[in-house]
This record gives sequence, C-alpha cells and structure tokens, in this order.
Amino acid sequence: MSVAPMPVTTASARIARGEPLLAVDHLTIRFQTPEGPLTAVDDFSLTVAQGEFLGVIGPSGCGKTTVFNVVGGLLTDYQGRVTVAGETINGPHASIGMIFQEESTFPWRTVIDNVAFPLEILGMPKAQRLERARHFVRLVGLDGFERRYPNELSGGMRQRVSMARTLASEPKILLMDEPFAALDEQTRLLLGDKVLQIQQELKQTTLLITHNITEAIQLSDRILVMTYRPGKVKRIVDIDLPRPRTSEIVSSDAFGHYVAQIWADLREEASRGLQADESQVRQAGDHRK
Amino acid sequence: MSAAALRRSNAVPTLVGLFTFVVFILLVEVLIRIGVINRFIVPLPSQIAGAFERVIVEEDILHRFLVTAGECLAATVLLTVVGVGIGFLLHRVRILRLATETWVAAMASAPLVLMYPLFLVIFGRNALTIIMMAFVAALPPVILKTLEGLAGTRRVLINVGKSLKLSDRQLYWKIMFPAALPDIFVGVRLGMIFALINIVGVEFLINFGGLGQLINELAERYDLPGTYAAICFVVLVSVCFFLFTERVERWLRPVD
Repeated sequence: MSVAPMPVTTASARIARGEPLLAVDHLTIRFQTPEGPLTAVDDFSLTVAQGEFLGVIGPSGCGKTTVFNVVGGLLTDYQGRVTVAGETINGPHASIGMIFQEESTFPWRTVIDNVAFPLEILGMPKAQRLERARHFVRLVGLDGFERRYPNELSGGMRQRVSMARTLASEPKILLMDEPFAALDEQTRLLLGDKVLQIQQELKQTTLLITHNITEAIQLSDRILVMTYRPGKVKRIVDIDLPRPRTSEIVSSDAFGHYVAQIWADLREEASRGLQADESQVRQAGDHRK
Repeated sequence: MSAAALRRSNAVPTLVGLFTFVVFILLVEVLIRIGVINRFIVPLPSQIAGAFERVIVEEDILHRFLVTAGECLAATVLLTVVGVGIGFLLHRVRILRLATETWVAAMASAPLVLMYPLFLVIFGRNALTIIMMAFVAALPPVILKTLEGLAGTRRVLINVGKSLKLSDRQLYWKIMFPAALPDIFVGVRLGMIFALINIVGVEFLINFGGLGQLINELAERYDLPGTYAAICFVVLVSVCFFLFTERVERWLRPVD
C-alpha cells in the first residue's frame, strides 16, 4: 500500500524554521537478496532542526535501522542525499554521534576509559580527557562507578556508559537506534528521564529510532511514522507536550491521546509486517516440501 | 574463617583440586601395591617422590630445567610474534585467508616432529633445531585462534569505531586486538603446549639439551622413578608458562 506523507503542520513548521541541521532527501535503499532485489526504504525524507528531538517510529522490518546506518555513515550505498548543516555527507561524520541498540561498551575498559575513548582518539592529553570524561560520567548519573568494568554494571548502566561515550565526542547530532530496547519498561522510562534531562541541559539535536510508542512520545518534539517495507514517511506528528518533561507525563490525558493516534497508524503497518512475515515463513515451508 | 566465608573464597576450588590430586596419587599407590598396575611399568608414587632428591642432586636438574624452559620461552615468544602477525595478515587479506586457512588447519594435525632429521640438517644438532621444531609445530593454533578472535569481534564494536572515524590501524589496535585477546591467548597457550611437547620430544630423540635428554638417559638406565620425577619437572615448566601467560593476559586485558 502506498501512503503519501502528511503535510508538515504549523507546529512542525515552527521547529523547522530556517536551515535544518540534519536533512535526509529522497532516500532510497535497495538490497540484493536471494529472492531478488528488495527495496528497504523508498523516497524517504526528513529534517531535524537545531535542538530538536525527532523520533522515527515504525514496525519491525520497516527500515528504521537502515536509515540509522545511512545517517550515521555506516551504509553508503544508497540513492538520495544526507546533509548536515547543508553539507552533503556520505560516511561517518564528526558531527554525528551514534548510540547503538546492542550493548556497545568496551568490556576491557573501565567506565571512565570507555567514556574517554573518543577523546583519546582525538589525541587529547590523558589528564584533560579524564577530566572531561568525568563530566559526562556525572551527566549520565554514573559518578562513583568510574573505575568499574562494564561486566560489573547493569544493562541500563552500560547503556548510559555508551551514551556518555558518544556525548563525550560532543556531536552536533545525537543518533540513537532503539538504545533502550534490551531494557525492562521501568528502566526504560527512567532512562528516558535521563535523556530528557541531558537534552534539556545540552540542547542536543537528536534523532531517535524506536519501535516503542511510549518512549517516542516521552522524548520527542515530533514523531515520524514509517510504513512497513518499503519504509516511507507515513505521517509526522507534532508532540505538543510541555518541556521540561519527565516520565510522569505518560499518565496524562494528552499523552494517551498521542499514543492512540500513533498506534492507529502503526497498527495498520505492524499488521502488514506480521502478514508479510507469516507469508514468508509459509513460502519457505512450501519450498522445503 | 567461617564455613560461609571459605565457600565464597577462591580457596575451595584450590583445596578440592589438591584433595583430588592426593586421592589420585594414593589410589595409584594402592593399585600398584595390590598388583593391579604393573610396578615395572609405573613406579610407586612414593618411589618417585624419593627419586626427586637424587634427580635434583645428581642430574643437574636445575640447569636442565632452565635449558628446557629457555627453549620453551624462545619458541613461545617467536610463535606469539609470528603467529599473531600471520593471523592479522590472514584476517586483513581475504584472498590469502581463503587460500591458506585450510592448509594451516591441516598443518595443525600433521606430526611435524617426524621432520626432525630435516631440521637437524638445516640447523645442526643444537638448541636452534629444537626451538625451530617447536615453533613450526606450534604455529597453527596461534594463527587460527588469532584469526578466529579478530573475525569474532562484535559488529557493534567495529561500528562504534567507524562512527568515531577511526583509521584502519586504530580500529585494529584499539578495538579488534583487545576484543580478540582472549582467543589469542587460548591460541598462545595451545601453541605453548604443542611447543613444550615438541621440545621435550626432540630433546629426547636427538639426546640433546634439557629435560628431554635427561628423560632419555634415565629411561635407558631403566631408572623409572627418576624418569617420572624428571617428567614432573616438564609438567612444572608447563605450569610456570601457564601462570606467566595468564598474568600477561590479565595485564593486557584486566577483565573477560
């Protein structure tokens, strides 16, 4: 089913006034599979303004992570254009910091050494980089754990280490791919508070890829809903909830309204995804017979 | 120390290990004494214990121990440097890996010790022959485990490096090498075992050098307790090297 993107509303226009910091224009990505060419993402565009928090939500298999990899520069074979402050990029860029879905701390480094890693790569003197790393460790609420190794920390703490490490490189744009997907719901909400607090403090431009509606609404200024494969922009929803926010906002009526609105869009796409998966499994079974 | 504290400490596995060893030795002693094991093939453990003093005093065991340990150290250093280097190279150059990986694996199971006459011709009857034999025979596990460790680096860690714009060299040294260290050390330990077996074997065969030569001489004298006592010193070399590599690994990578 082909769905035309909804026009950007007045609230979005307010945020997007002026040059966007990050823009993805008409992105199309095709992969070769044993079954033939597969269009993962089709004519996908988005913009993120300075200081904005944009959530991208979609069902499994809609190409969210593919978009994440393109924007982060890990995937360079695509059609379309990605620009940061007007400059076209095709590859990893110093302005973009990535936080991954999988646990990505270096197990052989302590918390402080993990966080100081990007500064070490930049050649910053040890005392200076440890000082700066300490600041980001404090920012994510891990002071007192500097000399611990990741295997001594919980999943949520490890993800905060990854976040501090990415923030330490002081990216203009923070790119997060379902960073709390492996965590339980309560930890996820509390870490959401931490992200809100950091965003408030740093005015960090952020692009969050997620499949979690609560997380997307809790954190975002706008939410872009993607269709099931091929991934397209289905709708952009402005989240007019007051800032600063905390996880308490999830119990408000307005929050419930947004959940219902986004789920209505997402449900249709998720159902398509489910049917496609079932059909694929059935075909594979028939093929084996 | 309370029973609970004892259970929590590392002392329990050590004590259980020691206890099992003592029980095993006592069992062998009993089985030999009641005639289940032929005492002309396996001497009594008590006789072996008695032979230690004689072997130490009369057979210059310390010098021989150091000779074998020195050869083992030389071979281990050589095979670590060369083996890890080749592993890196094979990981980096895909076509080379595809062309040679099977051969390297096949080489691991080849009885290279039988090539000692060739090595004697090339290097002469000296310590270099023994070291080179050990080096060649022990190289495959180091290469293969290095390759396995590098190839097994988690994709997300490499992506972290790429997102931070690490150069290829930085990616290898800062991420892939530390990530592969546990596997590399498994390879080095395996290689060290192969090396020690070959060192003692070649010393035995060419009647030259340290503990292998001593074992040969004691066996020819049919001094079985002395032979087994000398074998215990070979085990001691192995234990020393295991502890050494464990320390180095902990130093390079403090946690698993």
